[in-house]
Amino acid sequence: MSKIYLTVNVRHEKNGQAIPLSIIWEDGRLFAIDKVLDIRRAACMKSGGIGIRYLCKICGKTIALYDEEGKWFMEMA
Amino acid sequence: MRTILHIDLNNFYASVECLYRPEIRDLPVAVCGDPLNRHGIILAKNMIAKKMGVTTGEAIWQAKLKAPDLILVPPDFQKYLRFSRLARKIYYDYTDQVEPFGIDECWLDVTGSVKLFGDGQTIAETIRQRIKEELGVTVSIGVSFNKIFAKLGSDLKKPDAITVIAADNYKNIVWPLPVEDLLYVGRSTSKKLHNFGLDTIGKLACVDKKVLTSNLGKWGEVLWLFANGLDTAPVRKTDERTAVKSIGNSTTCPRDLVNNEDVRLVFTVLAESVAARLRDYGLKCTGIQISLRDNQLYSATRQGLLTKPSYLSTEIIGKAMELFLANYHWFRPLRSIGIRAINLVTEKDHVQLALFDDIDEKTREQESLSHTIDAIHSRFGHGSLIRASCLLDSRLTGFNPKEDHVIHPVGYFK
Repeated sequence: MSKIYLTVNVRHEKNGQAIPLSIIWEDGRLFAIDKVLDIRRAACMKSGGIGIRYLCKICGKTIALYDEEGKWFMEMA
Repeated sequence: MRTILHIDLNNFYASVECLYRPEIRDLPVAVCGDPLNRHGIILAKNMIAKKMGVTTGEAIWQAKLKAPDLILVPPDFQKYLRFSRLARKIYYDYTDQVEPFGIDECWLDVTGSVKLFGDGQTIAETIRQRIKEELGVTVSIGVSFNKIFAKLGSDLKKPDAITVIAADNYKNIVWPLPVEDLLYVGRSTSKKLHNFGLDTIGKLACVDKKVLTSNLGKWGEVLWLFANGLDTAPVRKTDERTAVKSIGNSTTCPRDLVNNEDVRLVFTVLAESVAARLRDYGLKCTGIQISLRDNQLYSATRQGLLTKPSYLSTEIIGKAMELFLANYHWFRPLRSIGIRAINLVTEKDHVQLALFDDIDEKTREQESLSHTIDAIHSRFGHGSLIRASCLLDSRLTGFNPKEDHVIHPVGYFK
């Protein structure tokens, strides 16, 4: 139920939108984000926090990445 | 007829803390000040603590008697301000007429937006949903045709609920409520009204206006208008700066003040803040009021006039100390003190030149110096430049009333 802060590679578009491209896991492995499904402001009730939520497909799984004031974390179920 | 929403973030501080700490969400939680600095009162509590009888404003030990397992969380005002700002950003999607009432309440006038977004209740429902999804906290919303009933409505059902008080049902909803629920019916007014047998808002509304005015003065008429839903106060836009009547700061000290030197130190910090805030507003004061409260919680205020309008901390400290020395004789140590700048005038005019004194160069120098200090503070932070005397007792002077205390209580009449 804790949240994990991650290093994230992000592309910033001309229109101001940020698209996460890949995440670097705690052990240093890099996982590419195959697709961003949804972007919106949301509260993360499970781990606690609010920010911009990116629903991402990584290795076939859907995960929620949050950008809270420039710090990125992953919601842990 | 207007459509006005009053939105109240439920148990605001406690809700934010519980959002960030899922592990305490199902336990009684209270946000409270630091007992070591003697600010140990309950600032907010969650629903569970509320059900156990914990109330805002009581001392920690009193709360602990009712809820022995109460979890105490220190406040994080920066976080609350961020949430408050984000909530307001959502409100601005529906109207530009948003008037904050403290950090956790707002009035919205959506009269002009009902054609775009649906009627008051629909907008309220959308906002309720969005706040819950985007901020993870709940709101209660009152929808009505004036500010007073909207506020009453948001208090009726909590948390996470909407109450509509319309022209055709307000008599059923509002009038049976106790008269104390009305804004500005405090302890003493309520006592007077009860003496007349006016214990509900309905009875107040139906009494002859003249009876009220002759007994309560102009307040009688104001309350009568409130009770009848005839309040016409507009929802002010946030950027409309209202006339400031006075500027003050006060503090409860980490330890009791026992001598004049202690008082001078704390006055210094308070006066610096009051003076800087006066300069921010482009105002000068022509009077100073000090407030004192001793360790038995007896309090007193004294005030005096300055010889000429000023926004200089040195002159404010001087006057405050003069008032203090003339009026306090150390019957008991002091627990909290405050300074308030009163009789404000704009800085540019209203200068009464003295007949014999040179229009002193020194004052002008000092004023220019104080603006330089403000610039340094805003660029490099409050700690970058402080008075040497503040180093004498850093425990007493280690606070910054100007920025630490950004959550000011507000009044309805501006």
